[in-house]
Amino acid sequence: MIQIESLYKSFDGNEVFRGISLEIPKGLILALIGRSGCGKSVLLKHVAGLIKPERGRVVVEGKEMGTARGRALRALRGRLGFLFQGGALFDSMNLFENVSFPLREKTRLSHQLIQARVLRELENVGLSGSEYKYPSQISGGMVKRAALARALVGDPEIMLFDEPTTGLDPVTGQSIIELIDSCHQRLHFTGIIVTHEISRVSPIVDRIAMLHEGVIWAEGTPSEFFASQDPVVRGFLGDAAKDMS
Amino acid sequence: MFDIIKRFGASTIEYVRKMGVMGLFLLKAVLFMMIPPLKFGRFLKQIRFIGLQSVVVILLTGAFSGMVLGFQGFYSLSRFGSDAFLGPMVGLALIKELGPVISALMVTGRAGSAIAAEIGIMRMSEQIDALELMGLNPYRYLVVPNFLAAMISLPLLTAIFDVVGIFGGYLIGGKLLGVGAGTYFGEMAAYVEMEDIMEGIYKSFSFGLIIAWVCCFKGYYAGAFSGFGSEGVSRATTQAVVLSSVLILVWDYFMTSILF
Ligand SMILES: Nc1ncnc2c1ncn2[C@@H]1O[C@H](COP(=O)(O)OP(=O)(O)OP(=O)(O)O)[C@@H](O)[C@H]1O
Ligand SMILES: [Mg+2]
Repeated sequence: MIQIESLYKSFDGNEVFRGISLEIPKGLILALIGRSGCGKSVLLKHVAGLIKPERGRVVVEGKEMGTARGRALRALRGRLGFLFQGGALFDSMNLFENVSFPLREKTRLSHQLIQARVLRELENVGLSGSEYKYPSQISGGMVKRAALARALVGDPEIMLFDEPTTGLDPVTGQSIIELIDSCHQRLHFTGIIVTHEISRVSPIVDRIAMLHEGVIWAEGTPSEFFASQDPVVRGFLGDAAKDMS
Repeated sequence: MFDIIKRFGASTIEYVRKMGVMGLFLLKAVLFMMIPPLKFGRFLKQIRFIGLQSVVVILLTGAFSGMVLGFQGFYSLSRFGSDAFLGPMVGLALIKELGPVISALMVTGRAGSAIAAEIGIMRMSEQIDALELMGLNPYRYLVVPNFLAAMISLPLLTAIFDVVGIFGGYLIGGKLLGVGAGTYFGEMAAYVEMEDIMEGIYKSFSFGLIIAWVCCFKGYYAGAFSGFGSEGVSRATTQAVVLSSVLILVWDYFMTSILF
């Protein structure tokens, strides 16, 4: 369960959020869309507690992210998976070490179990054979997929995806969406997917929210969304809406 | 006019705030250093980087500092006809001042800058955020190993510097200029006290702390305090080297004048 209550945030006078309220019930996935630069990544970072709200609250699993500290915050974050827009892989470790890092550091699993788990996870994102390459030796799309494997390896209860399919070809993009879906069926995580490819992502999400001018401009199920008459929503969905209806 | 005062006030507050953050950073680092667990692998890696890989530089600078002290010391002392005291002069200068200070400056340039750049790049590319989001404590992984490694390596490097320097001085003063091994080492043993050696060790220990503190801090707060992107990292690195060098010399003065 993720609750965002009248959230305000500005960066040196640039008002990014002007009262955001949003609620994602446990086990559901929300797709978050909006113009580039409207604050989607910043919103995800608020949910993860990386950025503190100016006003308002972000409550994750009953705990307020803005005020949680130290061990309580780390415990909460241990249940959370985050796919950074830029991947944020550890660049001095190879892919295998990157993906196994959370398991090695946080669980007492044996070496063999970790190895099997990590290799499977890398295979799921189509990276078997590149286990021992370093992030600077692989393409941007591969970085994205490795980061996804690392985010999913800890069986998170809450998943925040920042543009999981951007920079991937349509086929790989589709397989990533299917991977997210199958993980969701297995883990039933609560999730937010930030995306620009709403027509592709909408089949696997329960709700869609659109961020515009610092507020949640529209929110609803995919079918409500695609039937919307709001000019901003229609203008934004453009071809996607036509495809669907 | 009013505007100038306002801006002056704002920058003063900003400055004080940064100092506060820097102090808190040190406090946290020391706290997490005291509380186990220690990330032993990373600690060993940093010992290797800060300590072992600095040995060649320390050998070179130590030898040449000792040799130049041998020359200068001999010529100055022989003017007063007291060139027999070359040994204690070289020994004391190296053990009390030059050894700790030059070793610290060399380590700052070699390892400190690299530490600041590494942590700074991790900050910029959100790797530190990624660590935090895994529920791990970045201080334990990035900061504490550097603190411990610097505080252990620096006294050892200083000891190597001192020994090599003393032999360098002997090579020039004792052998080349003819003071003689007996006089050189005998007088040194008579005049250099255990206290002097401890002074050098305390100093180099605290310099290790200063290097780790400043360089880790500058890297850790790269985005917020020194601008963004690669320019931010380069600025953080420069600031780290300059600030730790200055702090080392200032702290050296205070330690010498107040504590000893
Ligand atoms: N650390 C920061 N300091 C200052 N401003 C920031 C910071 N982070 C984000 N912003 C500002 O917040 C706004 C939203 O940025 P954000 O990265 O969330 O956009 P986005 O919706 O994710 O865009 P995109 O779809 O291109 O990824 C931008 O105008 C950006 O300038
Ligand atoms: Mg973004």
